Amino acid sequence: MTKQYLIDYTLQLADNALILAQRNSEWCGHGPVLEQDIAISNISLDLIGQARNFYQYAATLIGGNATEDSLAYLRDAIDFKNNLISEILNGDWAQTVLRQFLVSTYQFYLYDALQKSPDQQLAAIAEKALKEVTYHVRWSSEWVIRLGDGTSESKQRIEKALEEIWPYTGELFIPVQHETDAVTAGIGVDPKMIEENWKQKVSTVFSEATLTLPPQNIWMHTGGKNGIHTEYLGYILAEMQFMQRAYPSAEW
Amino acid sequence: MVQGKKSGQIIAASDAEKKVLEILATVPDPEVPVLSVLDLGVVRNISVLETGSEKTITKDGEPATDEIRITYTPTYTGCPAMDVMKTQMRIALLEKGYTNVQFEQVLSPAWTTDWMTEAGKQKLKAYGIAPPQYKQAVCTPDAFQQEEAIQCPRCNSYHTKLVSQFGSTACKALYQCVDCREPFDYFKCH
Ligand SMILES: [Zn+2]
Repeated sequence: MTKQYLIDYTLQLADNALILAQRNSEWCGHGPVLEQDIAISNISLDLIGQARNFYQYAATLIGGNATEDSLAYLRDAIDFKNNLISEILNGDWAQTVLRQFLVSTYQFYLYDALQKSPDQQLAAIAEKALKEVTYHVRWSSEWVIRLGDGTSESKQRIEKALEEIWPYTGELFIPVQHETDAVTAGIGVDPKMIEENWKQKVSTVFSEATLTLPPQNIWMHTGGKNGIHTEYLGYILAEMQFMQRAYPSAEW
Repeated sequence: MVQGKKSGQIIAASDAEKKVLEILATVPDPEVPVLSVLDLGVVRNISVLETGSEKTITKDGEPATDEIRITYTPTYTGCPAMDVMKTQMRIALLEKGYTNVQFEQVLSPAWTTDWMTEAGKQKLKAYGIAPPQYKQAVCTPDAFQQEEAIQCPRCNSYHTKLVSQFGSTACKALYQCVDCREPFDYFKCH
């Protein structure tokens, strides 16, 4: 019998990737210039690929009729375990690239550690995803620097974005029960273990971007990993799941 | 089935495997059609369980055919071409009478451009896409790195510049040649 924490832990990895992919895909056709529109859409595609691998694995753990599609399309908001930072609004380009940088950097250290997990499937997915996330970190950090150390307008935009997003970063490093259980079992990555690396990388990029690192001890939003979401997730799911809800089991 | 030491090229260990490889060599990557699935290095292993061996059991009176097992690995996790390649491999084999084909996906070791064959790299260049370099320092997350010198596939100049790390497909970056002014795709290192 598969341990519930392993299923939840795998779903959390999948949901984080899927929901951010869905958010980023809203830029498709609306990017500031064609090349950057393509870049953010490519990042979405990578994230969907990672989500698919995690969902496929979760489906084998759950067994029965579970499939990657049923997990993505037929669960409700309360079942989703993604961090809130993945579901908040895109805002302007500054907010989108800043969020991408903060999440990609988190994923970078997370996957780097997870590829050494004794759970071979999680390790294999992480090893593969890490190569893609490496490009995401590079691309998004360049944008943060470009905007932060850019014009007064771009600086003001990214500072506003930082104020908006920062209170959602704390959740990444506060373990919930299934994470703690996965860590205790030696399979999962302790978020506390990657926090220091994350802070280091963020502060290096921020200093190049002439941005001030906000205090970490402020009040932070939490709940996503336990299924308590902002209202935004419901809207995302309504759009993403519409087809399967309206036409159950439709395939093409 | 044997794997070439340096590249991802696989070498048939029997005549039966050789026949299957010849068929797979005709299956193109749908996004870069000059490359076959073998050039790309996504086929990691094949094995043929020949008719008459105990594993290929006749069911419902149908004549047993060789069972082909293909192990593959995706290039990028989200690459939509992978599903197409699987279907096309299945069709190509079916046309040659192989009705019993099993696919198995492996994720580790993760696909790398180092597995692309030399012949594949030359075909890419002739097609106008700069082939991947051997793995180098650029595969790190650091911002604003010194760009690697990518050769223009049209005029061979190294005087080129990166336009975007993300190109028309997940596997490519967009470059422009400063000398002949042509934009071109670079099959980026992975
Ligand atoms: Zn040129």
